[in-house]
Amino acid sequence: MPLDVYLNVAAAGVLTGLVYGLMALGLSVIFGVIRVVNFAHGEMMSIAMYLAVVLFAGLHLDPLVMLVPIAAVMFAFGYALQAGLINPFVTRPEHSQFLLVVAIALIIVNVLLIIFGPDARSVQTSYAYDSFALGPVIVDASKAYAAAAAIVFTVALFAFFRFTLVGKAIRACADNYTGALVVGLNVRRLYALTFGIGAACVGAAGAMMTLIVDVTPLIGPSYTLLAFVIVITGGLGSMPGALIGGILIGVTEAMAGLLFTPSAKSMFAFAILVVVLLFRPQGILGRRLT
Amino acid sequence: MAHNRVLPNRRHVLGGAAASAAFLAAPAIVRAQGGPLKVGVLLPRSGFEAGIGQDCQRGVDIAPPIFKSLGLPDLTIMNGDTESNVDTAREHAEKLISDGAQILVGSFDSGQTAAIAQVAEQKGIPFVINIAAAPDITEQGYKFVFRNFPTAPTILGDAFANQKELFATVGDAPKSVVYMHVNDTFGTAMAKGIGAVMPKFDMPYKIVEEIPYDPQAHDLSVEVAKAKAANPDALLVTSRLNDSILITRELVKQRWTPKAILSMGPGWYEDQYLKTLGKLSDGPFGFNPWGDPNKKLTPVLAAALAKAYPGVNLNTNHVCTFEALWVAADAYKRAGSADPHALADAIRKTNITENVAIGGGIQFNAKGQNDKIRDGVTQNRDGKQVVVAPKASANAKPEWPMKPYQNRA
Amino acid sequence: MLLMLLLAALLAAPWIVNDYLLTVLIVILYFAYTGQAWNIMMGFAGQLSLGHAIYVGLGAYVAAVLFTRFGIAPWLGFLAAIPVTAACGAVIGFLAFRFGVAGVYFAILTIAFAEFARIGFDHLDIVNASAGLFLPVAQYAHNDLWRLRGSPTMFYYVMLAAALAAFMLCRALLNSRMGYFWLAIREDEQAARAAGINTFRYKMYAVMISAAVTSFAGVFYAFFYNNLFPEQVFNISRSIEMILGPVIGGIGTLFGPVLGAFVLTGLAESVNSAMLALGFDLPGAKQVFYGICLLLVVVALPEGVWPWLARRIGVAEDKP
Repeated sequence: MPLDVYLNVAAAGVLTGLVYGLMALGLSVIFGVIRVVNFAHGEMMSIAMYLAVVLFAGLHLDPLVMLVPIAAVMFAFGYALQAGLINPFVTRPEHSQFLLVVAIALIIVNVLLIIFGPDARSVQTSYAYDSFALGPVIVDASKAYAAAAAIVFTVALFAFFRFTLVGKAIRACADNYTGALVVGLNVRRLYALTFGIGAACVGAAGAMMTLIVDVTPLIGPSYTLLAFVIVITGGLGSMPGALIGGILIGVTEAMAGLLFTPSAKSMFAFAILVVVLLFRPQGILGRRLT
Repeated sequence: MAHNRVLPNRRHVLGGAAASAAFLAAPAIVRAQGGPLKVGVLLPRSGFEAGIGQDCQRGVDIAPPIFKSLGLPDLTIMNGDTESNVDTAREHAEKLISDGAQILVGSFDSGQTAAIAQVAEQKGIPFVINIAAAPDITEQGYKFVFRNFPTAPTILGDAFANQKELFATVGDAPKSVVYMHVNDTFGTAMAKGIGAVMPKFDMPYKIVEEIPYDPQAHDLSVEVAKAKAANPDALLVTSRLNDSILITRELVKQRWTPKAILSMGPGWYEDQYLKTLGKLSDGPFGFNPWGDPNKKLTPVLAAALAKAYPGVNLNTNHVCTFEALWVAADAYKRAGSADPHALADAIRKTNITENVAIGGGIQFNAKGQNDKIRDGVTQNRDGKQVVVAPKASANAKPEWPMKPYQNRA
Repeated sequence: MLLMLLLAALLAAPWIVNDYLLTVLIVILYFAYTGQAWNIMMGFAGQLSLGHAIYVGLGAYVAAVLFTRFGIAPWLGFLAAIPVTAACGAVIGFLAFRFGVAGVYFAILTIAFAEFARIGFDHLDIVNASAGLFLPVAQYAHNDLWRLRGSPTMFYYVMLAAALAAFMLCRALLNSRMGYFWLAIREDEQAARAAGINTFRYKMYAVMISAAVTSFAGVFYAFFYNNLFPEQVFNISRSIEMILGPVIGGIGTLFGPVLGAFVLTGLAESVNSAMLALGFDLPGAKQVFYGICLLLVVVALPEGVWPWLARRIGVAEDKP
């Protein structure tokens, strides 16, 4: 196959991977700090996607423009969820947490089904069919814009965690729960804040996702799985790791589809997961787990 | 992960076997005589095939007045939803039977149809298949299953023959072709069939690449890129509705317009495809069973459809579902009773020559298969379809090659 | 006592209850069975498996392929499935335990394997890939126990026997030496190792036994439903379904999975009937209600229904 095909596919994989990375970032934040197995992650993203669809249909505002409001709504949702429901489960065994979140996911999926019905909804922006030609490479415009937004959002998040007091406090909780308590941090509130931030990430990712795929109530679960694969591959507790994991998975799936049977391309993501879990469980950029 | 499947599995198992047990316990229910025939119509009304399922339903909705004018008895339609899922299809089939359905019609998807066929055969209730192409369904020696739709090998054979006629008419033929198909029961049956059927026709092209893809895929950019990389003259496809839209969008984004898109299967002629893509929907050829524009009943059906659903074009979904219902009503009239054995025997003797679809009418061979159906060739044009082959059924000339996507407004 | 009464009721069921309830019971017994099997790994040895559908699927496909291609009866198919599923469990266990994958990571590993199997079987020609594997059906005329073709009553007794067998097996395991080792491992693995228990070996046993026992459910599934699609059989929602019973009922207890199965199916049916009575036909409404009920149970009874119930009726189990 000519080189430009590989480049095209790889480019598409990178761009989509960046958006996946942002979604996974939300999970990394939640999982890394609160250590709750958020199996409703993809479902939360589908809520954000529907928000984007509805706002677009009603107000004709581009999802990228609506990014911040959607993220804000999801932040509130995440905060409330953690403070209200999930908090007591932080110290409970994993299977309990898991079941709680599975129940939440089930409710989300079916409420969406009731409200929106099973048909696919999409956002038809004016640039939906555009593409850029960069030399031999043809880049899908929607993907490019979505990826750019993902980068901007991630940088902002990174700055938040690095430079603000709250951000540092959250990182302290993640590093050393007892130490944080000793120092007097209101861990419970910080957890709620963290979940909210994670939800905001997923909200932003969802808004960007609507430019790339159509939304149905049932797409949540596969993205949840994907988010876990990316987070574990890239490294828990590492933000650049989530992005890198996202890009890696995005490109791998794309190239696997190109080189092997497309209908089997998801197997590669799982194969990578197994390899990572066995040989480098802390992920590419994660710190060694104690 | 489909969380919404968590509850339904229990409920469905319950509904399913309960229904079958109930049926065994009270066989008398079925022998009711007189009154309208209770027909259970199973279609994917939700899930990823919902668009097509709902389209098939339109063929059911417009039937009653036309049946009356043909002197056929009344039918009571019982709706079932397969939810685009095999387990649900099986369970709802059993439920419909336990609720008194005397005959089943359905169900568009080969996998779901095969499961329903098993149920029908087990319970001894006739099942008339409107659309489903996997050949094995009528190779099981079933006595209660009838199919008024061509099998995958037949679709392929007719497609190849029609393609040669098409190439002759336009004076051009592709030298290389990429075959993209959905990786489900129907797509796999078609892919397997090509190896056996194509050599018999001495086609002018070679299939240089075969690309199967996940029916639930959200993004087909890689698959289309792969197809484009092989640089074929034309694209051969077997898809569903959502993927046909996704593929077309990618063709536009990746700036590639093949000389022709030859579609064997659903998706590219669907109403939703035409409406969603507007001008971008023109051009693809469809090789499917179709309403014969030169048969008397076809314009009647088209008019009824236009009145009830303005803007919707008459297509395979409506025609085949309508005809399946027709078979049921016609058999009931001749059998004079709703006894399942009598109905099955009556269906076996069906002989309707003035039907709607292209071909020699509706008859069933010993396996329950109607091998008189012929496929036609349609082309999308201005938000409608025209029939360009076979000659006897044609009402327009084909446009070749496809107008490049980038030049369409 | 209580147990005997329950047993008698279950044995007499096909004559007492109507056909609809009989099917409900088959479902309950099926989930009680798989719940027990899963519980061996989780409740006894503390390993959370979220990909248990892989064992059901393997069992189902092995038996189905042997039957459709070679005419081998399902019981022999089960015997063939045991080493296959045990081996699969051993591979997963080996990879996980040797490389120190535990807790949530182990759970995710099991999901990865199940998904791998799902996509893999979707492309495997010998099982007809995504097109589905169909068992030839015959009318319900007579019961053929050897080939598992017959009426729902026959399937009911098969499942009842299986559930009873699983129950007895778990009881025996719990009270055996291995059972105590498992308990030690579950409570504190490091201490157990310090006490000289070969934790690796016993964890492997737990995984392999759990896998092999689960495979029978797959065989039953294949012959009861007569068609198999990888997309359905290996689906993660199946894995999740399997664990609902034991978690709700009470992990690590003997009665937990059984009670859990009853509670869940009873819940599902009540929601179903309630919705029907209220005239609600909204797709998704039932699941929302079901999810909410699940939520409430998980929040209110963290240890499961059985320990709470047992305390109430004064039959607290010997479960530390």
